Amino acid sequence: MTDPVYKTDALIAEDIDAYLEKHQHKTMLRFITCGSVDDGKSTLIGRLLYDSKMIFEDQLEALSNDSKKVGTQGQEIDFALLVDGLAAEREQGITIDVAYRFFATESRKFIVADCPGHEQYTRNMVTGASTADLACILIDARKGVLVQTKRHSFLCHQLGIKNLVLAVNKMDLIDYDQEKYDAIIADYKAFAESIGIESFTAIPISGLAGDNITSKSENTGWYNGPTLMEHLEAVEVRSDANLAKPFRMPVQWVNRPNLDFRGFSGFISTGSVKPGDKVRSLPSGKTSTVKSVVTMDGGLEQGIAGQSVTITLDDEIDCSRGDVLAAADSPPEVADQFESTIVWMDEDPLVVGRAYWMKLGTQMVSVTVAEPKYEINVNTMEHLAAKTLELNSIGVSEITTDKQIVFDPYEENRALGGFILIDKISNRTVGAGMLHFSLRRAQNVHWQAVDITRDDHAAMKNQRPRVLWFTGLSGSGKSTIANEVEKKLAIMNRHTFLLDGDNVRHGLNKDLGFTESDRIENIRRIGEVAKLMTDAGLIVLTAFISPFRADRQLVRDMMGEGEFIEIHVDTPLEVAEQRDVKGLYKKARAGELKNFTGIDSPYEEPEEPEIRVNTVAMSPEEAADYIIKQILPLK
Amino acid sequence: MSLTHLQRLEAESIHIMREVVSEAEKPVMLYSIGKDSAVMLHLAKKAFYPSPPPFPLLHVDTTWKFKDMYALREKSAEEAGMELLVHQNPEAEEMGINPFDHGPLHTDMWKTQGLKQALDKYGFDAAFGGARRDEEKSRAKERIFSFRTASHGWDPKSQRPELWNLYNAKKKKGESIRVFPLSNWTELDIWQYIHLENIEIVPLYYSAKRPTFEYEGGLFMADDIERLEKVMGKRPEITERSIRFRTLGCFPLTGAVESEAATLPEIIQEMLLTTTSERQGRVIDKDSGDASMEKKKQEGYF
Repeated sequence: MTDPVYKTDALIAEDIDAYLEKHQHKTMLRFITCGSVDDGKSTLIGRLLYDSKMIFEDQLEALSNDSKKVGTQGQEIDFALLVDGLAAEREQGITIDVAYRFFATESRKFIVADCPGHEQYTRNMVTGASTADLACILIDARKGVLVQTKRHSFLCHQLGIKNLVLAVNKMDLIDYDQEKYDAIIADYKAFAESIGIESFTAIPISGLAGDNITSKSENTGWYNGPTLMEHLEAVEVRSDANLAKPFRMPVQWVNRPNLDFRGFSGFISTGSVKPGDKVRSLPSGKTSTVKSVVTMDGGLEQGIAGQSVTITLDDEIDCSRGDVLAAADSPPEVADQFESTIVWMDEDPLVVGRAYWMKLGTQMVSVTVAEPKYEINVNTMEHLAAKTLELNSIGVSEITTDKQIVFDPYEENRALGGFILIDKISNRTVGAGMLHFSLRRAQNVHWQAVDITRDDHAAMKNQRPRVLWFTGLSGSGKSTIANEVEKKLAIMNRHTFLLDGDNVRHGLNKDLGFTESDRIENIRRIGEVAKLMTDAGLIVLTAFISPFRADRQLVRDMMGEGEFIEIHVDTPLEVAEQRDVKGLYKKARAGELKNFTGIDSPYEEPEEPEIRVNTVAMSPEEAADYIIKQILPLK
Repeated sequence: MSLTHLQRLEAESIHIMREVVSEAEKPVMLYSIGKDSAVMLHLAKKAFYPSPPPFPLLHVDTTWKFKDMYALREKSAEEAGMELLVHQNPEAEEMGINPFDHGPLHTDMWKTQGLKQALDKYGFDAAFGGARRDEEKSRAKERIFSFRTASHGWDPKSQRPELWNLYNAKKKKGESIRVFPLSNWTELDIWQYIHLENIEIVPLYYSAKRPTFEYEGGLFMADDIERLEKVMGKRPEITERSIRFRTLGCFPLTGAVESEAATLPEIIQEMLLTTTSERQGRVIDKDSGDASMEKKKQEGYF
C-alpha cells in the first residue's frame, strides 16, 4: 500500500504559518469519474481520498468494520464503502446519484463528481459533467472498451469537457501487460477520433493496489507518462481558459442600497472588466463605461472570470436581472430561435410544442421545442428519427423562445449557452440543453438603442398609437370606411396613415402574387410596416381582405397590449357580390380570377373582433362615426 | 492570473445567495452561531455589499447553547445590519425537554420541530443553511437547492438535477427550499477562510482553561452549573482543563477536546494533525445507527 503522502507535510508541525501561506494559493479543479458498475470507480475515489489523507481515524475504523460486514474485499479495506452513501444504494451495492467528494494536494483542491455507470442514469452523468473541467473515464483492463465507455466519452464530449483521462484500471489483474494495455488504447483512440475527441490522456492504474495513482508504479516500467495525481495537478482549469474570452456578466441582482448607488451584481463568466472599460447591456444594446468594480474588500483594479462582483456604470442605463453586461465591441448574440442539443431528464417525455420555462444564465423565458430532428443513440452514436425525447435520451431540436434572449454558443461559453428546461406545472427540472446557433441569423443585427423612444414619439403627437385593422370581403367597404375614419381623425388633429392595396401592392409587395404563401407574406409585411408606424407614434389604418385568422393573429401578436384593433367590416357575400364595384366577382365566377376570397378561397370571419360594423344597416359615414366612438379616448 | 480555491468557493457561494434573493419570495438565513454560520454570514455581507443582506437571520434556539454563543449572536446580527429572529419551540419549553432526560427527543423537539414551526410561522420559502457535503456521507449527495414538501419532508429520490450553475427555484405554494451555499467547502477551507478573512468566531473554538466534567465517557464543559445540576439531579464533578470545541451545539451534547490550540493557525495545525473527524464530538450522528443523518433529513432536520 502506498504511503499517504499528501497530508504528512512536515511544515504542518514545524511552521504552520508557512504552511497556511503556501496553501492559500491552491487552485481548484472539478472533475468527474465515469465507469461501469464494476470498473472500480468507488475504489479509485476512496483511494484518492485515502492517499491524500482525507480519511480520519474514526472513519477508517468504521470503514474497517463495514469492510468486514458488507465489503467485497474479505478482510482488506474496501475503499468503495467510503464513498457509497445513501442507505438504499448501500444495500444494492451501487451508486445511484451524483455524489461530490473533496480532497486536496499541495497545489490543488479537487471536487470529484462521482457519476454512475448505469444506462438509465445518463441524467446524473450529464449533471456531473456540466461543472467538470476534466473527466476520468475508467476502463476495466480485462474488458477493454465497452459500450458504456463509449457512452460516457460521448456525453463528456457533448458537455464540452476538453480534458479526458482514460484510466485503464485493474492493471494488476492483467499482470501489467503492456501489449494488452496498448491494444485498449488503440481501440479507444479509433473510437474517440470517430466522435471528434481531439485528445485524451491514458494512464495504466490499479485503484486497489495503488499503481500510478499518487506514485509511479514499479509494475509498469514501460509507462513513461504522469501518475493520475500528477496529471490532475497539472491540467488547466477551465475558468483560466475563460479569462481569454470577451467579457460577459449575466446580471443577477440590482444593488440599490440608496439613491446614490446603483450597481449590477453578477458572476463574471468569461473575460475581465476594469474601470474605464466600455460595456454594452444586452438585449437593449445600450453602452456605458465601467465606473468601478465593487467588492466588500474594496474596488478591484480588474474583475476576472470566476469572480462575483458588483459593477457600477457612468450612465444611468436601464439594466436589470436577466440582462447581460458584455464587452461593448464583442457582445453576445441576441435571438429567439436556435438549434440545440437537449438531454431529457424527466419520467414524462418531452411534449413537442408545449411551453416550458427555460433558464439560461439569469434569464427565465418561455420556450417551445420542435419535433427533434433526430435522437442520438448514446451507445452507437447513430442518429435516429424521433417524435419526442424520453427520460435519458439526447437529441437535436429547434427551439423558440417567446422573447429575444442573450446567448453565446455553448462551445464558446457554457454560462450563456447551457440551459435547463422546467415544467410549468410540476416545476421539475425536466431537461438540459446546449445552444449551438441561432436560426434566423439575426445575431449580427444588434438593436441600435435609441434615445427617442416610441413613447416619446407618441407623446409628441399627443395620441396613443394604434392599428385599426379593417378586414372583410372584397367589396365590403373596407377602404371606403377606413378613408372616412382617417378624414375624421385628421379633423381631430390626429396623426394617421392609411395602408391599402394600392400603396402597398405597387411598391413594398409588388414581388408577391396571390398564392396562399404570398398572401401570408403580404400580411406579414403589412404587419411589420404597421408596427414601425406605431413605433413612430402613428394611428395606422389598414384595409385588406386578410382572410385568414392565423395571419391576423400573427399581426396582433406583434403589437403591444391593446394596440391592435380588429374591425370586421361585415357584409354578406351576396351583398358584396351584388355591389361588385371593381367587377372582380364577375371575373371570379367566370373562372378568370383564381383564389378569390369568398368564391374559391375561404374567408375566416373574426371570432371576437374589437369592433364589428354592419354595412347593410349603416352608411359608410355612420360606420366611421361608430368606429371613432369605439376607439375614444385617443390619448 | 488564477483564482485560488478559496476565491472560487467564495464566488460560488455569493452567486448562490444572489440567485436565492432574486428568485425566492421570502428568504431567511439559518444562523447557528457556529463557525460555518460565521462564514456563511460573512459571505452574505460580501454578496450584497454595500447593501445589507436582504433577509433576516433565524436562530432556532434550544435554550441549551453556550453563553458565549448567545453573546456573539447578538453582536453579529447587529454588525451585519440584519434583523435577528429567535425561535424556541414553546411545546419543548413547556414539556421541559432537555438533553439529559430526553436524548434524541431533545434534538427532535427543539431543533427539528422548532425549525419547522419557525419557517411556517414567518412563511419563509427559502432558508440558507451552513451544511457542507464533506461532513457526512449522505450529505455528499445533497443538492445545493434542496426541496422540501409543504410538511418539510425530504425525499432523496425526487431532488432536481443541478446543472452548471443553474438552480431551479420554482416551487408551489407551501413548498420550501433549503439552500446550502457552503456545499463545496471542506472543514479545512472553512478554517483557512476564517483565518484569511479575520472572521470573528465564538471564543470556545480557541483553547482556554474551562470548567469541565465527564459524562458517559465524553468530556463536557459546565457552562451553566446550576442548570446542569437541576436536570442531572446532582452537581457534576468539575475539573479545570484546557479545552476547546471543534463543533458547537448544545453544551451538554457537544464534546470538548483537550487542547492547547489558542490561535487560528494552531487550531488548523491541530486539525490537520488530528485523526478523528469533526462530527465525532457530536452525539447526534450516532443515535440510531449508520444512516441516522439521512433519516433525520427525511424527517425535516436541517
